[in-house]
Order: sequence, then C-alpha cells, then structure tokens
Amino acid sequence: MSVIPQPTLSVFEFNFVGYLRTWRGSVLSSFVLPVLFVIGFGLSVGTLVNASGKLSIPYIAFVVPGMIASTAMQIAFGEATFPVAAKFIWMKTYFAQIAAPLRVGDILWGDMLFMLFRAVSTTTVFLLITSFFGGVQSWWGLLTIPICALIAIAISAPVYAVAAKIENTSYFAFMQRFVVIPMSLFAGVYFSVSRLPGWLHPLVYVSPLYHGVELCRNATTVNHGNLLDNAGHVAYLGLWAAVGLWFALRQFRRRLSD
Amino acid sequence: MPDDLPLIHAQSLVKRFGDFTAVGGIDVDVQRGEAFGFLGPNGAGKSSTMRMIGCVSRPTEGTLRILGKDPRTDGVAIRARLGVCPQQDTLDTELTVRQNLTVYARYFGIGRKAARAKADELLEFVQLTERANSKVEPLSGGMKRRVTIARALVNDPEIVLLDEPTTGLDPQARHLVWERLFRLKQQGVTLVLTTHYMDEAEQLCDRLVVMDGGKIVAEGTPRSLIENYSTREVLELRFNAEDQAPYAEKLGGIGERLEILPDRILVYAEDGDDALAEATGRGLHPSAVLVRRSSLEDVFLHLTGRSLVE
Repeated sequence: MSVIPQPTLSVFEFNFVGYLRTWRGSVLSSFVLPVLFVIGFGLSVGTLVNASGKLSIPYIAFVVPGMIASTAMQIAFGEATFPVAAKFIWMKTYFAQIAAPLRVGDILWGDMLFMLFRAVSTTTVFLLITSFFGGVQSWWGLLTIPICALIAIAISAPVYAVAAKIENTSYFAFMQRFVVIPMSLFAGVYFSVSRLPGWLHPLVYVSPLYHGVELCRNATTVNHGNLLDNAGHVAYLGLWAAVGLWFALRQFRRRLSD
Repeated sequence: MPDDLPLIHAQSLVKRFGDFTAVGGIDVDVQRGEAFGFLGPNGAGKSSTMRMIGCVSRPTEGTLRILGKDPRTDGVAIRARLGVCPQQDTLDTELTVRQNLTVYARYFGIGRKAARAKADELLEFVQLTERANSKVEPLSGGMKRRVTIARALVNDPEIVLLDEPTTGLDPQARHLVWERLFRLKQQGVTLVLTTHYMDEAEQLCDRLVVMDGGKIVAEGTPRSLIENYSTREVLELRFNAEDQAPYAEKLGGIGERLEILPDRILVYAEDGDDALAEATGRGLHPSAVLVRRSSLEDVFLHLTGRSLVE
C-alpha cells in the first residue's frame, strides 16, 4: 500500500476504523443477500430460461456477471451518497479533515479508496461463491475484480460530485429511483438488451452499467467477445470516471475552501 | 523565524463573498504566547477571519502571514502547525473518544503508537480519561467541546484557533473549558479565539480587537479598552414605565454620559454610588438599581450602539 500517499491513507483509515465497528451489519446486505438472490434467481428462473433453449449458455452463467457488475454499482452509489452527505452536513467530518494538513484531493481519494475496498471485497466474495454454482465459466473471470473497480469509480465519481453540491438528501432517492434502479433492470443484467425495443437502445448504450455488464460477461463466460469491443467498453467507463472525478474534485474544493 | 516576528500578521485583509464583504480590511498582529481575541456580534466577520487564518479560506485582498508563511501557497505546511477548534463540533459521534483523537492524529502523519500515547495524554489533560472508550454521541455538550479541544492539540500546535469555544455550554462547563485554556496559555501556546461573550474575553484574552461589520473598531487589552471607552463604574437604573426616555432627561448631567436601553438606563460615572445619590436627590425613584464595574459589554455598546448578544 506504500504507493498510496500517507495523507490519503489516513483518510482511508478513518473510514476503515468506522467500518470495523459496523462490518457485521454490512455482511448480510453486501455478501449474503446478493448471493442468495443470484442463486435463487439463477437456479429457479434459470430452469425455465434454460428449458426455452434461447440462450447458448446456462442462465446462471449469464446472470452472475451481470449481478456482479450491478453489485459494484450499488455499493459505489451507496458509498458516494449518504456517507458523503453526512460528512458535509451532519458530522461535518470533511471540515475537520480540511483543518488538518490534508488537501482536498487527499480527502476525496481517501474516501474513494474505501469505496473501492468495499466494492472490490464484496464482488470478490460474490465471484468466489457463485463460481461454485457454475456462475463463472472461465479463469478470465478473475478480470471482473479490476472491472468492478472501474465500474465503481465510473459510477461513484459523478455521484460524489452531486453529493458534494446538494444540501438536501432527497435527491439521492430520486437518483436511486430514476437512474440506478432502471439501469440495473435494463442494462443487460437479467436479460440481453437485444430483447428491448430499438428506441431504448441509445439509452442503454449511454448507461455506464451496460458497458460494465458486457465486460464482466465477456470475462466470465466462454464467449469473450472481440478485443475492440472490450477496449471500447473500458474506454467508455474510463471516460465516465475521468469526467466524474474532475467534477467531484471541483465540487469538493468549492465546498471545503472558499 | 526570528522570535520578534508576529506569529500572525494581517494587513488590509479583505474577504468578500460576491457582493458581500465579510471582512473589510483589517490589520492584526498576534505575538507568540499571546491570547488574542476577536470580539463582536454574530456577522461581525470573526469566523471569516478565523477561516482565513486557519488556511481554509483564501483572502480576497491584502497580506496574511501565519508563522511567517503565506496561506495561499503554504496552507498545508501551516495547518500542520495549527490546532483548530471549530464553532460546531465536527467529531465522529459513532467512534469512541480515543478513536476520534487517534484517527485525527493520523492526518498529521503521526504514527499509530505515538497517536495512542498522545490521545491518552490529552484525555488526561481535558479530564476525560474515564470516558476514553465511550462513544462520543452520548457525551454532554461540555464533554464534546473538551474532546474537540483535545483533538485540536494532537499535533502540539504552536497556535490554537478557537471559534466561540464555549458558546452553548452551561456555566460550569464553560469554567472548566476556560481553566483548561488558561493552562494551555501558561504552557506558552498562542491562543486565538473569537467570542461574543464579554466575560470570556476578559477571562482569557491578553489583547483583543472589537469587530463590527467586518471592521476593527477598537483594539487593546481588556483593561485599556474599558479605560478608553468607558468609565470606571456603571449605574443601572430601571423605571416602571414603557418608555425610559423621559427619565433620561431628568438624569441629564449626572455622570459622563447615558445609554438608554429599552428596559433600563445606564449611567456611566467614575463613582456609581455618587451618581445614584445625585439621581435620588433629583426625586427619581427607580424600581431597580445596580452599581457595577464597567465591562467590555459597555465598551461594545459605546462603540457600536448595540449590545453583543441579542
């Protein structure tokens, strides 16, 4: 971890000390529930889907990579919303941190490092458990871990920017209902987007989750897709991450120093 | 840096937010070991000044040097040597008292073991050793304030900035905080505080400036401010009437000057009892009488025509 500067690590540590106190509660929601969900879904609905013969691979192998990507998104969204609002509005942690010899970047990167730790640890456990149920077909599946890190940054970075701007957390419920949930339903997690009407396709392609799902699925299943498509997905997520980080840093600066 | 240079030097310091001028050109020098106060009502520009000194707000105009450095370029290096006790507690209420300190120490690059030792030492200093392992959330306001003060000391700061350190505390808790701050001052730590409490300024400050509307309206020791802007004693008279003004007319010529407040009249005089004798001699019978020494409150009232705490 020595590649990460000490000030950034110290902010990560702050989050981690809090997590050591609450991690038991998060085990159920982050590890157990998604796994129960994927097994129930993959195995029950899966039998029907497999019987139809419309998929070239077992349904569980289709749905697992989608749910891994979706889980990474959910955790990233969760970490970038209420915890950030709390540190600006209720606990005012960020104002205590900026009074210490930390830069705005140290604070944002430290928080994002913790967000990554949560996203990566959860998706890793997810990957491991589902691989026992035939959810992962290829060793390339290990690539889902860095892919999930990329998804988490691409999704959370613009959300950090929003969370640093707002004074009222009701925006989060709005984002959850009108962005996050529709994305997890229509970005190819549970069924192929080719089943959607053509006019919806542009919306699907704009959503970062679709590209994350495609990457994860190309990693875990036997159909790895072509290199150019995969590079395109990575580049698109990278673009979201870069633009989002730029806005997030700008918004944190505005709020923490005037 | 040479010892005779001020630790904080501000010249024509201005802070504007859009069209609003929070700090309208102030000159301040704080020497090492001093306890220096910014006194003024809410909105006087005290907190904006403190945020600039704390290097979290950029001066719009003017010169500011903290520990000989420029906050515009050396903010991080300066903050490493400051302790900040903000107006509102910014503690993590879910962590324990000790964890709040050790985690904060890590922001200063202090090692984990040293951080734990420092936390224990500081908790003893603020008399919270027995609460070290309890969460912050259930602590009283006074205890939280002491945790915040302890946290501001983890890096052995040369300057401690305290923004309204005892606002909202009960009298007993305030005295405990004052006593601890006085100890710090004795140890040679430079204290810079804002307050709108006169007694706090008189208790703690060697020197202070009175701010109003973003400007400094007076400067000096508490004693010299009272000598320059007030009389030795004050006679407070209260009359059973809607309007105190007619009584003020009858008091004309007694003492050096009068201040007419909605509920009472203040007579500024060298000797309050003499002034009272003169007033009763004129056939005036106030419903309540108080003779007291002049305070900074009177200085502020005289300078701005308003009381400090509204």
